[in-house]
Amino acid sequence: MPVYLDHAATTPMLPEAIAAYTEALSLVGNPSSIHSAGQNAKRMLEEAREHVAASIGADPIEIVFTSGGTESINLAVKGLFWARNSPLRGGRVSRPGPRPRILVPRGEHHATLDTVEWLEQHEGAIVEWLPLDELGRVRVDAVEAALAAHDDIALLTFLWANNEVGTIQPLAELVALAEAHSVPVHVDAVSALGHLPIDFAASGITALSISAHKVGGPLGMGALALARAATVEPLIHGGGQQRRVRSGTQDAPGAVAFGVAVRQPLLDHTELRDRLIAGVRSAVPEAVLRGDPVDRLSTNAHFTFPGCEGDSLLFLLDAAGVAVSTGSACQAGVPEASHVLLGMGLGEAEARGALRFTLGHTSTQADVDALLAALPEAYERAARAGHSDRSTTLGQA
Amino acid sequence: MSGGVDSAVAAARAVDAGHEVVGVHLALSRMPGTLRTGSRGCCTIEDSMDAQRAANLIGIPYYVWDFSERFKLDVVDDFVAEYAAGRTPNPCLRCNEKIKFAALLEKALDLGFDAVVTGHYANVVTDENGDRELHRAADWAKDQSYVLGVLTAEQLAHSMFPLGTTPSKAEVRAEAAARGFSVATKPDSHDICFIPDGDTRGWLADRLRAERGDILDRSGAVLGQHEGAHAFTIGQRKGLNIGYPADDGKPRFVLEVRPKTNEVVVGPREALDIAEFAGSRYSWAGLEPDYAREPFACEVQIRAHADPVPATAQLVDFERDGEHGTELLLTPDAPLGSVSPGQSAVVYVGTRVLGQCTIDRTVSAVPATA
Repeated sequence: MPVYLDHAATTPMLPEAIAAYTEALSLVGNPSSIHSAGQNAKRMLEEAREHVAASIGADPIEIVFTSGGTESINLAVKGLFWARNSPLRGGRVSRPGPRPRILVPRGEHHATLDTVEWLEQHEGAIVEWLPLDELGRVRVDAVEAALAAHDDIALLTFLWANNEVGTIQPLAELVALAEAHSVPVHVDAVSALGHLPIDFAASGITALSISAHKVGGPLGMGALALARAATVEPLIHGGGQQRRVRSGTQDAPGAVAFGVAVRQPLLDHTELRDRLIAGVRSAVPEAVLRGDPVDRLSTNAHFTFPGCEGDSLLFLLDAAGVAVSTGSACQAGVPEASHVLLGMGLGEAEARGALRFTLGHTSTQADVDALLAALPEAYERAARAGHSDRSTTLGQA
Repeated sequence: MSGGVDSAVAAARAVDAGHEVVGVHLALSRMPGTLRTGSRGCCTIEDSMDAQRAANLIGIPYYVWDFSERFKLDVVDDFVAEYAAGRTPNPCLRCNEKIKFAALLEKALDLGFDAVVTGHYANVVTDENGDRELHRAADWAKDQSYVLGVLTAEQLAHSMFPLGTTPSKAEVRAEAAARGFSVATKPDSHDICFIPDGDTRGWLADRLRAERGDILDRSGAVLGQHEGAHAFTIGQRKGLNIGYPADDGKPRFVLEVRPKTNEVVVGPREALDIAEFAGSRYSWAGLEPDYAREPFACEVQIRAHADPVPATAQLVDFERDGEHGTELLLTPDAPLGSVSPGQSAVVYVGTRVLGQCTIDRTVSAVPATA
C-alpha cells in the first residue's frame, strides 16, 4: 500500500463528499432554470453556498464559486486591480490607472506570482515585492513602509499559510495595516482552509481564495469570498450568474461536495507532524527544517537535505512507495530551486535539496514510520548522486 | 526517453526482457519550447509529454532529470568553443560522451540502477572473457555506432541498446504501432537539438564575434577578405567572393580556418585530400588492443553518415611545438577528402568499433609549393 505524504498537492476526497457528489451528479437541473428541476438544483447549490460561507464566517452572497484556487486568485488580483484603476482604464501599459501598485511578498504561489507579473507586463502594474525573513514570514516593517510610502496602491495580496514551507503569516497585523491605509487585501487561503479558523467577516479581508480539493472536496471547484463592499472586474462574461462576477452555469454537484468537505472539523496533526520532524532529524541529522518552527501548518514538514537534489530523494522515496514533493513548481518536470526558499535567503544549492512532507485526513503514524524507514537509504543514495551539475568521472576520453 | 519512437520501443523491450525499468526524460534546457517544430524530435514540452505517454503505456514510472547545466557546459558551450577554434564538432557524440553515458549513467548508478538503456542502433557484445565490445547495428542504414564510438569499457558495461539487432527502422515503427504508442509515426529527428530552426550558421553567428579578416592562399598571399572566419567550413567552395580566378583557372576551396589570426586559407581541390590525420584525445570502446602500438589495418569513419574507408592505425608518441603526448595516427589507404579538425575519427575492425579520436591535425596529400 503506497504511502501518501503529499496532501498539500491534493488530498483524497472524503467518502461523505464522494457520496454527496455522486448523488448530486445523478440529478438533472440547471440552477438558473425556472422549472422545478432547476429549482431543486438551485436549492442544493445555495445550501452548499451557505455551508461554504459558514465555514469561513462569510455571508452566502459573498461566496463566488469558481473552478478552483487559481481562478479565484486571478479573479481577485486582476479583478481588484482593474476595478481600482477603472476611471482611466485603457488596458495599456502606456496609460496606467491611478492605482497601479500591487504589494506582494516574494514566495507567493505561482497563481499569484504569474498573475501579478502578467499585470505588470500587460496592464501597467507596478509591483512592490515584499521581502521575507529567514522563516518565510512577510516582513511586517516592509509592508508598513510600503503602505506609508505610496498612495497609489491597488491592493495587497498574500498567502495566509505558505504552501511550500508552511509558515503562517501574521494575518491580523497585515490586514490592520492595509485597512489603516484603505488598501484592499486579497488573501490566498487555499492552504489555510480546513487547517486554520477563518472568520472572513471579522478579518477585514476584501477577498479570500479557497479550493475544494485541498480539503477533501472535488477537483475543479473553488470559491472566492468577496466582501459585499468590494468591486471586482469579472474575468469571465456571459449569463451574469453569481453577482455578474463569474458567469457560467454553476456546478451544483461540485458545490454540494465542497459544502460537505468544509463541514469537517479543522485538521490538527501537530503531534504527528512533530513526530515526523523529530524522526527525520534523527534519521538524517544533516536535514534542516525550513519555515517557521512554531507558526506553521500542523500538516507541513519541510526540509532541505544538504548535498543532494530534492528530486533524487523524491524519486527514491517514490520507488520505496512513499509519495512526497519537492514543493516547488516545475516546467516540463524541470526542477527549479524554490523561489520561496531563495526569498528566505537560501542559496541555490541549498534550495535544490528541498523536500516537503504534508499530512492529511488519512495520515497515520504508520505513514510516518514508512517514510522514516525509507529515508536514510534514500538520502545516502541521493547524496552519492549529488547535484545534477556536478562533474563526472565517466567519459573523460 | 526523448519522446521519440526509438527510446519508447527500447524501454518496452527492456521491460519485456525482464528488467525493472524506469523511464527518464532528460531536461536539457531550462527554457524548453512548448511545441515541436521542424525536424527536432526532442526537448520540447510536447516531446516530454510524448515520452510520458509511452511510459504510461509500457507501465513504468517516468521522471524528468535535469541536466541542463551540464548540457550547456559540456555540449552547447563546447560546440561554440570548437567552432570558435576553427574546428567542426559533433555535439551528438559529445552528448553521449558527457551526458547520456556520463552524467546520466553516473547519477543512475549512484541511485541504485545497473544500466542505462537507450534507443541507439548499435550492439554491445560480451566476449569470451566477459569484456564488452561495441559493434555496428544489424541495420547499417540506421547504425549509430559512430556517435557511440567515444564510450569506454566502463560505460559500455552499463549500456544496453535493445534496438541494435533489429533488421530495420520500419520494424521498430511497426512494433511501436502494435504496442499502441502514439509516437509510432513521429518523424525522425535530424537537426541539432539545441538549434531550434536548424540554421546552424545563423545560430553560431549570433554567438561568435564576426570580424573581417583575410583570405589567403597556401603561400600566404592575401586573395581577398571575409566577414568572419567561423562562417567557413573546410571543403567549402561557394561564398568566397574573391572576385578573380586562380592562376590555373580552377575553383578554390577552403582548406583551413585559422581563428587565432582570423584567416581563411583556400587552395585547389586536390589539396583537400588528406594523407594522414591524428588525434591526441583518443579512447577505446572496450579494452585497449594490445597491438595498438604497431600499425594495424582498420576502417575509419569521420562523420556519422560517411562511408568507412580502409586505413592503417597506430598509437604513436609525438613531440611537437614543445608538447609531447600520444596520439592515434590514421593513414587512409587512399587520400581522404573533407577531413576537419574537431571531427571524431571512429576506428572499426569489421563490425566492431575499436575506438576513436577527436582529430586535431591533418596532413594534406598535396604539399603546398610555397
